[in-house]
Amino acid sequence: MQSLADAFRAAFGLVVGLDPDLLAIVGLSLWVSGTSLVLASLIGLPAGAALALTRFPGRRLVIVLVNALMGLPPVVVGLLVYLVLSRAGPLGGLGWLFTPKAMIVAQWLLITPIVMALSRQVVEDLWAEYAEQLASLGASPLRAIPTLLWDGRYSLFTTVLAGFGRAVGEVGAVIVVGGNIAHATRVMTTAIALETSKGDLPLALGLGFVLLGVAVAVNAAAALVREIGARQEGQSWRS
Amino acid sequence: MAELGDTSSILPLRLEGVGFRAGDQQLLRDVSTDFEAGAPTVVLGPNGAGKSLLLRIAHGLLDPTRGTVRTVGGASPRDPAARRRQAMVFERPVLLRRSAAANVSYALALAGVGRAERPARVAKALARTGLKTLAERSARVLSAGEKQRLALARAWALEPELLFLDEPTAALDPAATAAIESLIGAIASAGTKIVMTTHDLGQARRVAGEILFVHRGVLVERGPASRFFQRPQSDAARAFIQGELVWD
Amino acid sequence: MGLIRLAILVTSLGLLPTAVAGDDPVAITIASTTSTENSGLLDAILPRFTARTGFGARVVAVGTGQAIRLARRGDADVLFVHDRASEERFVSDGFGVERYDVMYNDYVVVGPASDPARIRGLSSVEEALRTIAATRSPFVSRGDDSGTHKAELRLWKAAGVNPKPASGSWYRETGQGQGATLNVASGMGAYMFVDRGTWISFKNRGDLELLVEGDPMLFNQYGVVLVNPEKHPHVQAEAGQAFVDWVLSPEGQDAIGAFRVEGQALFVPNARPGKPEPATPGR
Repeated sequence: MQSLADAFRAAFGLVVGLDPDLLAIVGLSLWVSGTSLVLASLIGLPAGAALALTRFPGRRLVIVLVNALMGLPPVVVGLLVYLVLSRAGPLGGLGWLFTPKAMIVAQWLLITPIVMALSRQVVEDLWAEYAEQLASLGASPLRAIPTLLWDGRYSLFTTVLAGFGRAVGEVGAVIVVGGNIAHATRVMTTAIALETSKGDLPLALGLGFVLLGVAVAVNAAAALVREIGARQEGQSWRS
Repeated sequence: MAELGDTSSILPLRLEGVGFRAGDQQLLRDVSTDFEAGAPTVVLGPNGAGKSLLLRIAHGLLDPTRGTVRTVGGASPRDPAARRRQAMVFERPVLLRRSAAANVSYALALAGVGRAERPARVAKALARTGLKTLAERSARVLSAGEKQRLALARAWALEPELLFLDEPTAALDPAATAAIESLIGAIASAGTKIVMTTHDLGQARRVAGEILFVHRGVLVERGPASRFFQRPQSDAARAFIQGELVWD
Repeated sequence: MGLIRLAILVTSLGLLPTAVAGDDPVAITIASTTSTENSGLLDAILPRFTARTGFGARVVAVGTGQAIRLARRGDADVLFVHDRASEERFVSDGFGVERYDVMYNDYVVVGPASDPARIRGLSSVEEALRTIAATRSPFVSRGDDSGTHKAELRLWKAAGVNPKPASGSWYRETGQGQGATLNVASGMGAYMFVDRGTWISFKNRGDLELLVEGDPMLFNQYGVVLVNPEKHPHVQAEAGQAFVDWVLSPEGQDAIGAFRVEGQALFVPNARPGKPEPATPGR
């Protein structure tokens, strides 16, 4: 596999050369996906917990819907956001189209259901264990939400990382609403798509390796933070 | 708990004709009794007799399918004011993923105790249960005995008038059990009415002032502990005391 | 809780005008095609435009059809594409101010070195297409309503062949951009209709070779249109007009003519400033 070796060489060259364009692209990728993740967590974690603790008519349906939304194709989300943020769309006046803001909005929509669905599962499992004790202490389900989110923090951490992985690795939504504009909205995945369309497969694959490396670094850093936190509590995060 | 407004007593707590049905199984049948201030009441009976269920209903965690539970003032145990006058410790207490002190403080916050007042009450509760040195330790790393003592500290900090204990030593070794029993004695002498279940006859003899004997979901006997152990009134109680009736 | 405070901080940062978004206070958005972007032409000439006028420029590179739809919705300030009929309709529908010829390049037909249809060196592209159809040799089309796709369809029509019924057998439509479609052609050893600029700068040719070129019918004219500010008031009319003026000016035309990939000129400037009627280029 000659081209595979070329791809490794290209990835190595990109990393060693610390190409400023590459750094800007990696930085924008992390910024866009990181910001959308924070926004998705602010909504998704409490909403997922609320869905776990409350009982209302149609709750089953909502859960099925949220679970289904996890599989939403990114390009569909991209098109929806495009139509809304387009100059002719309802929020066109914001002028967000083809800016990182539009990309953040699209990824936020993309990963909120993931954070919500997975955190619902985590909180529901925890609630099975905690419900009686918290009820005895006089905590209403609403009051229990922050308690359960905090006590489930290690499992929820994994949930949030899953959302980040989906965001940083998707191309369909950001290419539609960001436009893959050089030095403005080009992120790692759209750069890969571009190099693929130029037929420079080794460079595209090399960028892919860099993306993989970034994802590994983020996950490793997160695992480290989690491990240190867990060790201070003297327990395995798995417990 | 002067700041909580309603400080009227909930005792005696009265159960009248309480029954509980799950599906086609009648788990409790027509239980009527009072929990009065005084020495600890121990609910005895074979495994599966309905002891824990009775405690949960009395505490207000479950509603009976028949009959009523009322405080002396006529309130349901679910009523917020009544809720604050009682607490419960489970066989396997759920401790939050935070320090021992924070676990106690959390319960006080839920009970409406002001932020300024909490540290002193936390310190007092931990000191009374011998956990002072473990205050900043994560609750999840404590030994089983320490966890149960922390659960008692958390409940005691609320200064309840009525405290339910569901098999509080079932998962503990003899040394930890002895520590818990001595704490139960201390809590009772400090004025809290204790209602607990146990399957340990020795423990019942050591702790109980009064016995409720439950068999197949029915309250078979109620009376002072000394009389129950010396002259049980029913065949079932007699068999139970002789260790012949373990499963219902 | 520190975590929440941090989250709020990060969130509010996200809503601030992002530093990465616009390098310049006024930057126009040019809706253009993959052929201009992928060949590197715009990367090469836009810095000179910015140096001359002080306006920035950002390029959204999609197919011609999609570029026109973007511009119709007001999501671009300038349209820079290569399908004259659509461009003129864009103007006559009131979405564009005026259309000008800017430059041309040409299309070529590429195919596997083994050349099963034996079209190598034919001077007539119509004959080449007829032969491909007659031998049912694999042919990959973009099938995406782009300028290149429309040009390809016009040539099939001129050749008297309707490839549509063969869609899925020897005639394959990818629905993707030029580069992605070239990757497919390269992978399956198929013939393909492609613009010379994309072909020259394309790196994954496999055993594809240039087989047919030079037929006047393969000529490909690019036009530039300012999106009508009367239709979309937010259009950066001043900066957009500056780009149109610059790309038609001798300086802009020189920049286009001087652009080389691997030593070859890809685009021939042919603007006629001041004349609204575009000229037909001679070859």
